[in-house]
Amino acid sequence: MFAHGSAMIEISQVSLAYGEEATGGVLALRDATLDVSEGEFAAIVGPSGCGKSTLLKLVSGLRPPSAGRVSVAGAPVTGPLKIVGMAFQNPILLPWRTTLQNLLLPLEVAPNHRRRFRREKQAYIDKAQALLARVGLSDAGARYPWELSGGMQQRVSLCRALIHEPEILLLDEPFAALDAFTREELWETMQLLWLDRKFTVLLVTHDLTEAAYLADTVHVVSSRPGRIVHSRAIDLPRPRPLDIRFTQEFVDIVHELRAHIGRAREGGK
Amino acid sequence: MSPRARRIVAPWVAGILLFALWEAGCRLFDVPEFILPAPSKSVEALIQYWPGIWKNASHTMYTTVVGFLIAVAFGLALGVAVGTSALLYAALNPILVGFNSIPKVAIVPVLILWFGIGTVPAIITAFLISFFPIVVNVATGIATIEPELKDVLRSLGARKLDILLKIGLPRSMPYFFASLKVAITLAFVGSVISETVASNEGIGYLMLSASSSFRVPLVFAGLLVVAALGIGMYAVAALLERRFTHWATRGMDSGFATGG
Repeated sequence: MFAHGSAMIEISQVSLAYGEEATGGVLALRDATLDVSEGEFAAIVGPSGCGKSTLLKLVSGLRPPSAGRVSVAGAPVTGPLKIVGMAFQNPILLPWRTTLQNLLLPLEVAPNHRRRFRREKQAYIDKAQALLARVGLSDAGARYPWELSGGMQQRVSLCRALIHEPEILLLDEPFAALDAFTREELWETMQLLWLDRKFTVLLVTHDLTEAAYLADTVHVVSSRPGRIVHSRAIDLPRPRPLDIRFTQEFVDIVHELRAHIGRAREGGK
Repeated sequence: MSPRARRIVAPWVAGILLFALWEAGCRLFDVPEFILPAPSKSVEALIQYWPGIWKNASHTMYTTVVGFLIAVAFGLALGVAVGTSALLYAALNPILVGFNSIPKVAIVPVLILWFGIGTVPAIITAFLISFFPIVVNVATGIATIEPELKDVLRSLGARKLDILLKIGLPRSMPYFFASLKVAITLAFVGSVISETVASNEGIGYLMLSASSSFRVPLVFAGLLVVAALGIGMYAVAALLERRFTHWATRGMDSGFATGG
């Protein structure tokens, strides 16, 4: 079904319960199964509170599943992975660091970068500047995050998630808090960054247009406990212009996804 | 007058008004000097006894600052420990609250029993009374790190120490400096209390011996000195706060001209 490389992320029969399992705590996921190929842009959509974000925690290794198996790059996930970048709805930049210093943070702590960082600091700074320029923020490096607009902050947050060249990018509704126009700009930026390096992406969103515009594959998750109820390949050519959203083909895809979401909201049980 | 200039002048006007009211009240109602001396009488005493006041005041400064510095070191360390470990927080919180509820004046006699009259009890009292707000504030700053930020760092392979050094400590600095302003004035209270209960040196001792010989203007001169020292130390703490945590106020107090 997917014209990509081997599976990068494999989630098979995964369940996750919060709280005490013995007393039947809240079941966030049940028997979720999902594969993401290397270099694929996958989106997960579903009603709110369906355990979408939980999936990202499982993939990043920040949380172990209650049952089932999560593998990344062929190896089972047993602890926090070091090959992922993450961005959230809230950009959570550090207000005491300038934009450039915020970008350098991952390089200061990632085990495979931290030693080289001290020796080749200038090279890393150049790299960060280049990344900032790529997202249209070449003159923002010396400014503090609180001097930037929300959209600019989110761009910086994306750059921070990518500066250490992770193989997997995990996105938890990173565009949800932006106004409509800024959001569209960010979609373009996101596509641009992804086409540059073709890392594997898992994007969680509740915006169907966003999912269809950005992703190669959209997975629909049922309401809690979450299960993948439908997967849809989006075969639109890239790079996709923003206007593509108004073509009949695109509208049909969104309608189809919307119908599945409707069913997912009723019949999760 | 510009708003900025007005803000600089306002505290001086308020201070002068307070003293003018006090002076006028004393003269108008003919208040006897041994009950409430007028500010002019207090200042007179201040000048007359200056060498003695200076000697005792610098001793109080010394015990206060030493006690305060110990409180800063101890408060930071305990705050970091309690802020990083939820278990430690649960374990120590009741003890800390209980300890902070004990009036420190009740501990001074015990300290004197252990260390004798003089400098050591004053330092320890200053320390005991001022470390609590530092602990609470530093712990709050560290314990309230956004969980997503922790996730970002953990998924990079960061160690717990990295998270503390890169996020926790810098994040708690505004809380820390805010607590210093409270702690330094409390440290003064501690030192003076201890000197008042039992000492043979310090501004507290001076005021006690002055009041026992009904030299009330001298007592008030001592009070004025303590207040002035407190304001001075507070200003130093506030200056440090502005210097190191300008980001916390989003650069706003560097003048409103840039805001917008």
